[in-house]
Amino acid sequence: MEIQTSEINTVLEIQDLVVNYETDDGIVHAVNGVNLKLERGRTLALVGETGAGKTTIALSILRLIQDPPGKIRGGSIRLEGEDLLTYTERQMEAIRGDKVSMIFQDPMTSLNPVLTVGDQIAEVIQIHQKVSKAEAEKKAREMLELVGIDGDRAKEYPHQFSGGMKQRVVIAIALSCNPTLLIADEPTTALDVTIQAQVLELMKELREKYQTSMIMITHDLGIVAETCDEVSIVYAGRIVEHGTLRDIFKNTKHPYTVGLFNSLPNIKRRKDMLKPIKGLMPDPTNLPSGCPFHPRCDHAQEICSKRKPLTTYLSDTHFVECLAYENGTGVTIAEREG
Amino acid sequence: MAQPLLEVKNLKKYFKTKKGTLHAVDDVSFTVEQGKTLGVVGESGCGKSTTGRTILRLLEPTSGQVFFEGKDIFSLSPRQMRAMRKEMQIIFQDPYASLNPRKTVGEIIAMPLVLNKIITDPRKREERVLELMETVGLAERFINTYPHELDGGRRQRIGIARALAMEPKFIVCDEPVSALDVSIQAQILNLLTTLQKQFGLTYIFITHDLSVVHHFSDDIAVMYLGQLVEKAPTAELFEKPLHPYTQALLSAIPIPDIDHPQKRIILRGELASPINPKPGCRFAPRCNYASEKCMNKTPELREVSPGHFVACALAE
Repeated sequence: MEIQTSEINTVLEIQDLVVNYETDDGIVHAVNGVNLKLERGRTLALVGETGAGKTTIALSILRLIQDPPGKIRGGSIRLEGEDLLTYTERQMEAIRGDKVSMIFQDPMTSLNPVLTVGDQIAEVIQIHQKVSKAEAEKKAREMLELVGIDGDRAKEYPHQFSGGMKQRVVIAIALSCNPTLLIADEPTTALDVTIQAQVLELMKELREKYQTSMIMITHDLGIVAETCDEVSIVYAGRIVEHGTLRDIFKNTKHPYTVGLFNSLPNIKRRKDMLKPIKGLMPDPTNLPSGCPFHPRCDHAQEICSKRKPLTTYLSDTHFVECLAYENGTGVTIAEREG
Repeated sequence: MAQPLLEVKNLKKYFKTKKGTLHAVDDVSFTVEQGKTLGVVGESGCGKSTTGRTILRLLEPTSGQVFFEGKDIFSLSPRQMRAMRKEMQIIFQDPYASLNPRKTVGEIIAMPLVLNKIITDPRKREERVLELMETVGLAERFINTYPHELDGGRRQRIGIARALAMEPKFIVCDEPVSALDVSIQAQILNLLTTLQKQFGLTYIFITHDLSVVHHFSDDIAVMYLGQLVEKAPTAELFEKPLHPYTQALLSAIPIPDIDHPQKRIILRGELASPINPKPGCRFAPRCNYASEKCMNKTPELREVSPGHFVACALAE
């Protein structure tokens, strides 16, 4: 019985996802065997730097990877048990904007400049729900008011709104069909900090109200701490560490995760010098052998360049991919500083 | 007290637009001591970059004065100004847009040396370029590469090397790490700290990122809609912010600490237009404490404790 309930509660399950961009200059190995699972009403953070593969994972769920050059080469993506990779394009169209919605980073480019914001919200509603134009328009006004914009502004165009207001419109569109899964790709990166605070607060309220599951893509560990339940750290197209908020923030294990925390200026404890991670993100057309992080890792031993780390479970909720946590590899790490 | 390296007095920069006069920088005054860093923070459109550029006379001021080592730079002739620019440099936000894509790394860094006829012998110039590249941590092999072949962090190192070529005393850093990933951002911040110690540089560090400015600055100036609303030593500003805008701004920083959630002050509304601003405190429409007197009179920047300045009717 218990297994059944957990199946019902699993909104999204990705297994062994592999995505390549196959170009004339070589194969970009963007996602290299990602596994993740998201329960109803939970929020998962995908954290990593430019080129880690976070956005590719998100776009794969919606099957929005541009093909060519992008190819999903393996794995499965199950939404409420159904494998989306077996869906036809028409089936996918029925899902996008309905069961799964996405909020993009830049609200300036994700709205159509020649349609009123009201029409853009109503369009989604009309595509997915059997309602008349008038009803869709009425719902659009309600959605605007839900995100804190006067319903009368439905007849205005995107350029008449500020950046924060535009992102609210995008959120209204994304939530208009009450999605099961909301994917937010750096939703506040383009916004100022006081406006970011307003938008994050709004997203939190709405998510709680509708029990929406969410994937939040971000590079900002501060935002993760405030909005997410679980965290996956993405590096070179792999999830190198995953856990609950507490696992990742209080029991940090992977040297890359430790490096991310050390790179951040700390408001509570000011130091003269930061401790950055040495070197650069690896070239995804030519990933390092063994552990992809080994050329930048302070603890790397010879074995790290030869053998790929396995997934080591430290608890039911916390796993890491690092040879230091496997028995008998001889790799050791000092604990993260205070 | 020693003479400050830089003194800005009643600086104004207005732009004429079709809709009226845009008050980008409106009566801003502050000083920066030799060897120190002043962080300038505020949200987009608050005038922080315009302030930085007007100080260097990359934009001509509407009124006001800027004294660099006691000299009023706005009174200098173009020729004198060109000589003065050797002392005052700028590092731009976007290392993708601020480097000429048709020039090699070596040519970009050598450009100020050529233009100012500092080193005319090409061989000696190349030696100096290599020395600068070493200073900023760029490997010698990149001297003949083009900016597009390099990542953001390395490109920003080129911008820093170019700024250092003139051996300046003062550098305006305009969002120098905003376009970079956190691990690379930390590398560049450390480089700027090392260079400051090595060459005794004075910085104005413009940013919207409060964690970065906290890490990097001795003093912080907070701007809102073209005006300086608060200035204080870094620790004091973070511990005892007096202006309601500073308080809200600081409370809005997402902190990567799960045990100490921030008590957040959510502001109403958004930045008003800087075009033809009405008299009175510009923050009043969003302020939780605003009263009638805030609407009538623009509060003056006053020193409420040593080194701590605030422009708010509540502090008067």
